[in-house]
Amino acid sequence: MSLTFTKQGVLPGFSLTLGFTVLYLCLIVLIPLSATFLKAATLGWEGFWSVITQPRVLASYRLTFGASLAGASINAVFGLLVAWVLVRYEFPGKGLIDALVDLPFALPTAVAGISLATLYSSKGWIGKLLAPYGLKITYTPLGIVVALTFIGLPFVVRTVQPILEEFEAELEEAAASLGATRWQTFTRVILPALAPGLLTGFALAFARAVGEYGSVIFIAGNIPMVSEITPLLIITKLEQYDYAGATALAVSMLVVSFLLLLTINALQRWSELRKA
Amino acid sequence: MSAIPASLHPHPAHVHTHALTEPAWVRWLLTGLALLFLIGFLFLPLAVVFGQAFSKGWSVFWEALSEENALLAARLTLITALIAVPLNMIFGIAAAWCIAKFQFPGKSLLITLIDLPFSVSPVVAGLIYVLMFGLQGWLGPWLQDHDIKLIFAVPGIVLATIFVTFPFVARELIPLMQAQGTEEEEAALVLGASGWQIFWHVTLPNIRWGLLYGVILCNARAMGEFGAVSVVSGHIRGMTNTLPLHVEILYNEYNSAAAFAVASLLACLALVTLAAKTFLEWRLINDTTTAEATGGGA
Repeated sequence: MSLTFTKQGVLPGFSLTLGFTVLYLCLIVLIPLSATFLKAATLGWEGFWSVITQPRVLASYRLTFGASLAGASINAVFGLLVAWVLVRYEFPGKGLIDALVDLPFALPTAVAGISLATLYSSKGWIGKLLAPYGLKITYTPLGIVVALTFIGLPFVVRTVQPILEEFEAELEEAAASLGATRWQTFTRVILPALAPGLLTGFALAFARAVGEYGSVIFIAGNIPMVSEITPLLIITKLEQYDYAGATALAVSMLVVSFLLLLTINALQRWSELRKA
Repeated sequence: MSAIPASLHPHPAHVHTHALTEPAWVRWLLTGLALLFLIGFLFLPLAVVFGQAFSKGWSVFWEALSEENALLAARLTLITALIAVPLNMIFGIAAAWCIAKFQFPGKSLLITLIDLPFSVSPVVAGLIYVLMFGLQGWLGPWLQDHDIKLIFAVPGIVLATIFVTFPFVARELIPLMQAQGTEEEEAALVLGASGWQIFWHVTLPNIRWGLLYGVILCNARAMGEFGAVSVVSGHIRGMTNTLPLHVEILYNEYNSAAAFAVASLLACLALVTLAAKTFLEWRLINDTTTAEATGGGA
């Protein structure tokens, strides 16, 4: 079989490793995912539609996507800033800060959740500073944006950083010698080159934020119609033994995830083309 | 996240002429703004974990960690990681071997499918197993007839953890092994080595740092997973509680100092992971540059 399949089939182990890979992928990922879609299909289109258009569900979509968009946008701006500062400037502790940027990847989401909820509560170190101005973060949609900004932080930094590092100084020199100001060089020469990476990082942060659960639920307050995200609503429906409702919500989120995955793949191809 | 963040490539020497950098006050302003953002969203959240953990003194901290339910939760977390990580490691090696060393149709689809679990919400990841194996699920009635309990039990926790950590090892190894090509393995084959000998003596030494990198990231996520495990666990104390779930229970009981004590343990795991990751990225760049220098690039 390996002979018909491969052009360079000299090395052994092709059938074994491909067979195991596909089997494991089917058992762990593809069959359970398909089963979920089949379960949703038993609802019928009308049943499915009536679940995902309930007011409480629509409110959770608006909140989840709105807060994810806000978090990803904050990260696009500040992620670019952090990447810029880490690549272009020298300051003490830079190496340590560079390593710590990945903390949101490594820190369990429940830990991040209780920590952010404490930090930004009206008694917390940061919440205390904002409370006199009437700015309340915990138990409001603002708290959700804070949590989603935290978990999306590394994505933009890590996609923009390598592009900035490989950016050719000649281009900036050329722009400067043609009389461009520093700001013009940045907006017309550097930023266009960063755009694909920046967009990819933004999309990655957004995709991660949409499905996030652990870091959000402690700071959100989880009030229906106000601060209840879609993943939490899935769990609520499960706890009420509303399996059909939970499945319909899950399928709607899976479809969004798949569309985002396709978008991100396309963006990454675009970045690769830009690089080449 | 690519396997080898270019952030660790040697910095190009910048010519600091007036045309190529910003005025000093702009540099200070930008650095200050970036640090302010990182303090609010990164350093303080980390500091809060340790600050709160010791807010009621050592004895409360120690009691929270040595209490029976905490120990049982730690045990379950370790068991889960000990099953999930090796399985995903074997899968990662197998997937990287067939994808990096052979050409076949549908390869890019396979790579996309391997990455799929990363884009699925952890809550949905838990739910799909409830729909498979739960009482209302496809196999639920059959499992019940045979007195097998997967959901709200340890096997469900392990399955959900395997799902969310599924791509970690594979996605580190695939680009690394593709960059290293097949020449060394082919040379070993010509010299009469068996498949297993080739893997053990040629491939494994070449990929060891990348493999360790993937395993460490996989382990961090496996031990820290919350959403997916929360759906399938049933939250039975001392039975189906992992450390992150234990943190949630303590926090919701307003036992904040104990919750943060257990959380600080997980934060330490995250810091060790980051340190190991930084070290391995440095090693990996050495490996990749050697591979490129010897012309092994495919």
